[in-house]
Amino acid sequence: MLQLRNIDDKIMTGKRDLTWQDPVIPSTEKAEMTQLVVEAGRTERQYWRDLWRYRELFYFLAWRDLLVRYKQTLVGVSWSLIRPLLTMVVLTFVFGRLGKMPSGGMPYPLLVLCGMLPWQFFSTAISEGGNSLVSNSSMISKIYFPRLIIVVSSVITSLVDFFISAAFMIVLMIWYRYVPPVAVLLLPLFILLVFGASVGAGLWIAALMVKYRDFRFIVPFIVQFGLYLSPVGFQSSVVPSRLRLFYSLNPMVGIIDGFRWCLLGEQSKIYFPGIAICVVEVLIMLVTGIVYFRSTERTFADVI
Amino acid sequence: MSESAISIQNIGKRYTIGQRKPGADGMRHALEGAMRTPIRWLKSRQQTKLKQVDIWALRGVSLEIKRGEVVGIIGANGAGKSTLLKLLSRITVPTEGRFVVNGRTASLLEVGTGFHQELTGRENIFLNGAILGMTRAEIMSKFDEIVEFSEIEDFLDTPVKRYSSGMYVRLAFAVAAHLEPEILIVDEVLAVGDAAFQNKCLGKMSTIAQSGRTVLFVSHNMEAVRNLCQRGIWIKDGKVYRDGNVEEVADEYFHSFAKEAVFFCSNPEYGLTIKNVVLKNDRGEASRQFRPGDDLIVEISYEAQKRITRPIIALGVLGINGSCFTANMLLDGHRPDYLMGTGRISCRFRGIPLLPQSYAIKMRVQGADVSELIVGYQDVAFFDVVGDLAEYGYVGEFTRFARYSTPVVVPYEWSLPDGTTASVALCRSVS
Repeated sequence: MLQLRNIDDKIMTGKRDLTWQDPVIPSTEKAEMTQLVVEAGRTERQYWRDLWRYRELFYFLAWRDLLVRYKQTLVGVSWSLIRPLLTMVVLTFVFGRLGKMPSGGMPYPLLVLCGMLPWQFFSTAISEGGNSLVSNSSMISKIYFPRLIIVVSSVITSLVDFFISAAFMIVLMIWYRYVPPVAVLLLPLFILLVFGASVGAGLWIAALMVKYRDFRFIVPFIVQFGLYLSPVGFQSSVVPSRLRLFYSLNPMVGIIDGFRWCLLGEQSKIYFPGIAICVVEVLIMLVTGIVYFRSTERTFADVI
Repeated sequence: MSESAISIQNIGKRYTIGQRKPGADGMRHALEGAMRTPIRWLKSRQQTKLKQVDIWALRGVSLEIKRGEVVGIIGANGAGKSTLLKLLSRITVPTEGRFVVNGRTASLLEVGTGFHQELTGRENIFLNGAILGMTRAEIMSKFDEIVEFSEIEDFLDTPVKRYSSGMYVRLAFAVAAHLEPEILIVDEVLAVGDAAFQNKCLGKMSTIAQSGRTVLFVSHNMEAVRNLCQRGIWIKDGKVYRDGNVEEVADEYFHSFAKEAVFFCSNPEYGLTIKNVVLKNDRGEASRQFRPGDDLIVEISYEAQKRITRPIIALGVLGINGSCFTANMLLDGHRPDYLMGTGRISCRFRGIPLLPQSYAIKMRVQGADVSELIVGYQDVAFFDVVGDLAEYGYVGEFTRFARYSTPVVVPYEWSLPDGTTASVALCRSVS
């Protein structure tokens, strides 16, 4: 029986070869024509080409999320300013005033906001990116496009908020007459790093959430604890030096340290092993995230 | 033009359903099991896999669809039509087999996928277009056409959540209709919207079909399938059952119902079970064959475990080409006070004025509130009208084409120039 089927397959493939070898030759238009081959148990080779074809969708989905987010709100976009502002005030009060944490001679609000920039980006990115597949489930079960776009564009949406907060940071620096050091030129690298971390973690969580809705409860925990475990409200130099390496296992430590180093300069001395660990972790998270996402993506429509 | 647009080879899709251990898919089970006793966990996973029930929604399907062909896919609910379309539109992947698609594909499995309630019509056109695979430039160039087709100019800047359902559907179809793909895959999307718009959509689809593009069209509307398609593919139990000229396949499909149907359905939520639906003639005998002008009695046996107050029952008689006539409590208001326990409801259609063709009876049951759908509108019984039309005033050699005509004929009378009159009536001769 099995043999018979094999022979059958061969006949089939033979037939196919005959039918589609012809059209390739005649014109350039034909050559450009998309041919799609889908085979059971094989990853699709055209995935990355599709991603390119649908590139505008990154923009459209992010645009949608931004448009929708502040509809029917009174103060609208101001929310992306109010949120970091209030968090900054609270954290400054708790850690700076009550906790009397060292500020290394910097205005405490500046220190806090500098840590909050990457942290808020990362935390909104993983909570919204993680939820993005499930909240777009109707789309996933009815239409095809690379699902990666949903998650990444939701991270891009958070990136927009990040830049709004960054503008606030600039205002605050002017207010405190604070001139950033030359290292500020390296800031884009750290933004890239936090973006990579967000996409990597977002992909993992989103893919897992499709199957295990438990992550709907886990992510808020990560976000809640992460705020205190990461050096958002304080400097990582307050961590005893023998624990520093261990502390740096949290990738947000390296990223936040990097942000402070770029924006606030020498006062916050950079801890290079921490940065190195962070870069390696982010790369691993990103690569495995993409691999895991790709391997489960094919069954999203069946599971969701 | 004999080039292949879609070539499907021995494709199959398996779904695993039911009989899984409760919580087997929750993470607690997965994590806990894996951590405590990794080996036993692995074993137990293998065992649960064995216990799962595999359903092949589609298996061993091979099809060759040529460029420019317009194919209607028909079949009962759950036969695998939608699975086939989902595979071809790449929403899900096949479990076995392979297929090759030549050309840009657009699929429309649902009207308004990706529409966002909060966004305006204008914004949704762009968003939906992008989701369907159009570039921004393409959408821009088609924008006016889309708006014109959808007839919503005045509401372009209103959020779609304020749209009537008709406007919503019109806009959604308009976007999809302007995709201009080489291959268009359409699932039962015309079931929505009013008749005028449905016709407009069908018109648009036939334009697309005539422009040499390949169209795959799934519908329960046989008239639409016949009008639009040349080739019919009947999917039954996950396999290609018939494949050929659309008229023949659609005819055979329609006739097949009469043989197999014994209707039974149950809605646990409302505690209503429809035990069966029997058709009887005026002598009270169960029958599936009637003569023009006969009385047709539809007898519904039910069992209500819960009290159902003031239900609305609607019956419709449908021919191959669509609806003929109905008996609808929603309109006539003769609703029973309540249903409780077992009982029967019957409806007698007097002197059915139908030509000899095949017919289906559809039924819907709604609760006291119209929004409570207890039994969705569906086929419950089938019958044939048979008889010699010569007895009813039909003469001539073309009478045989009555098989394809509009089926309802009310009595009429011709007055001819020579002063003669001729009357035709599908009612039993008084003699």
